[in-house]
Amino acid sequence: MPDPTSPLPIVRALGIRKRFGSLEVLKDVSLEARTGDVISILGSSGSGKSTLLRCLNLLETPDEGQIVIDGEAIGLRPTRKGVQPADRRQVERLRSRVAMVFQSFNLWSHMTVLQNVMEAPIHVQRRGRAECRDEAEALLAKVGIADKRDHYPAHLSGGQQQRAAIARALAMQPKVLLFDEPTSALDPELVGEVLRVMRALADEGRTMLVVTHEMGFARDVSSRVVFLDGGRIDAEGEPAAMFAAPPTDRFRRFIQTTR
Amino acid sequence: MDPVFMGETFVTLLGGLPLTLKLAGSAVACGGLLALALAAMRLSGSLLLSAPAQAFVFVFRGTPLLVQIFLIYYGLGQFRPVLQEWGIWWFFRDAYWCALLALALNTAAYASEIVRGAVLSVPHGQVEAARACGMGPVTRFRRIVAPIALRQGLPAYSNEIVSMVKATSLASVITLMEVTFLAQKLISQTFRAIEIFVCAGAIYLLLNIVVTRLVVLLEYRLSPHLRAAPREPASAEAAHA
Repeated sequence: MPDPTSPLPIVRALGIRKRFGSLEVLKDVSLEARTGDVISILGSSGSGKSTLLRCLNLLETPDEGQIVIDGEAIGLRPTRKGVQPADRRQVERLRSRVAMVFQSFNLWSHMTVLQNVMEAPIHVQRRGRAECRDEAEALLAKVGIADKRDHYPAHLSGGQQQRAAIARALAMQPKVLLFDEPTSALDPELVGEVLRVMRALADEGRTMLVVTHEMGFARDVSSRVVFLDGGRIDAEGEPAAMFAAPPTDRFRRFIQTTR
Repeated sequence: MDPVFMGETFVTLLGGLPLTLKLAGSAVACGGLLALALAAMRLSGSLLLSAPAQAFVFVFRGTPLLVQIFLIYYGLGQFRPVLQEWGIWWFFRDAYWCALLALALNTAAYASEIVRGAVLSVPHGQVEAARACGMGPVTRFRRIVAPIALRQGLPAYSNEIVSMVKATSLASVITLMEVTFLAQKLISQTFRAIEIFVCAGAIYLLLNIVVTRLVVLLEYRLSPHLRAAPREPASAEAAHA
């Protein structure tokens, strides 16, 4: 539910276009998230959903359009190598407000779980070590892997690694969490433990944008569903209405095939 | 073979060990620094920087070290007036500096490829995770890329150190009195080539055993994440049971 006390969206993408070579992956996509929104971004592979998410924290730079994070528009300028951020430091500063959880976890392999979680708060946000450590331990307890704090990522199961990655994202005290297919690399029996953590975060009122193939999560947890097809938003709305009465043919076929 | 003679030979040859160590140590240190610079140039993505680095590696990796030593020591001697004018003749006049320069340039060429390979082997996803949480390029390199690359490159780099220790023997041809030079001198006095070269070989072998053990130890210290998981705290497991 949009929070009426917050008139400004936390993340806002306006008219985003992105092409890789001759392939136009995003064709004029606009999206906004307000405090407490949990937005599921659905679509078949190649629909541009991951690229859209990656544009939101500038892991990909949009060719056209605007990204506004927390009321601050990200400056972009054309260069010989395509459109680039005008100010690298602005992007770095805003990125810590928009934390990302990856499909393949991407934990830093040479650090323990606890060190992974403490890394960005200490070395990016320059907060005190003791404070970061307490918070990291609390976060690990919250995602249920406090006993693994001194393990290295290679010693954890996929589900534990992804929960550690979620704790790492939370440690930056971000305003928005981006999830890029967080359960797609997991064995089926490990999906549940990650979804449980994500559901708890949604219940806390966290703002989340989730690219996912988990229809159950999209239907039951999210406040809004966005369906991308061929680089455009094909359908969008409240999940209950969307799944009960698919607004477009394309979306109806999509939920039939993924059921 | 005469054990008493071999014992004496061994002691005599050990007299060259300090110079051998000094050459190998300085060459590895200077060459290592140069290798970092070369690798940075190769990885910079700018043709202006990467092309000279690539040419350097091509030349110094593709020609024999012995030829490089001769070229620097004897070859540059021909340009003595110019070198004197530039005020660097003191360097090229001295066989030690010439040998060190050749060894350092040679190891830099090989090591820069090791460094480049190690940096490129850092998983892209881990670098991306660092970008995604707002790390700038310097922090990213210092905290994520360098530590991972170091662990990846260490085994290959220990080969390079070992071959540098052995390559110092070539400095004997330009009159540096290191282990091999002393061995040759002793042979010319006694004509007992086998005993003397066996002793010289043993010294290099012992030296390299120490080098490889030290690198293995370093590798072990740096790679707890590649070993078996720490033991589960037994009490926590028992509490659940």
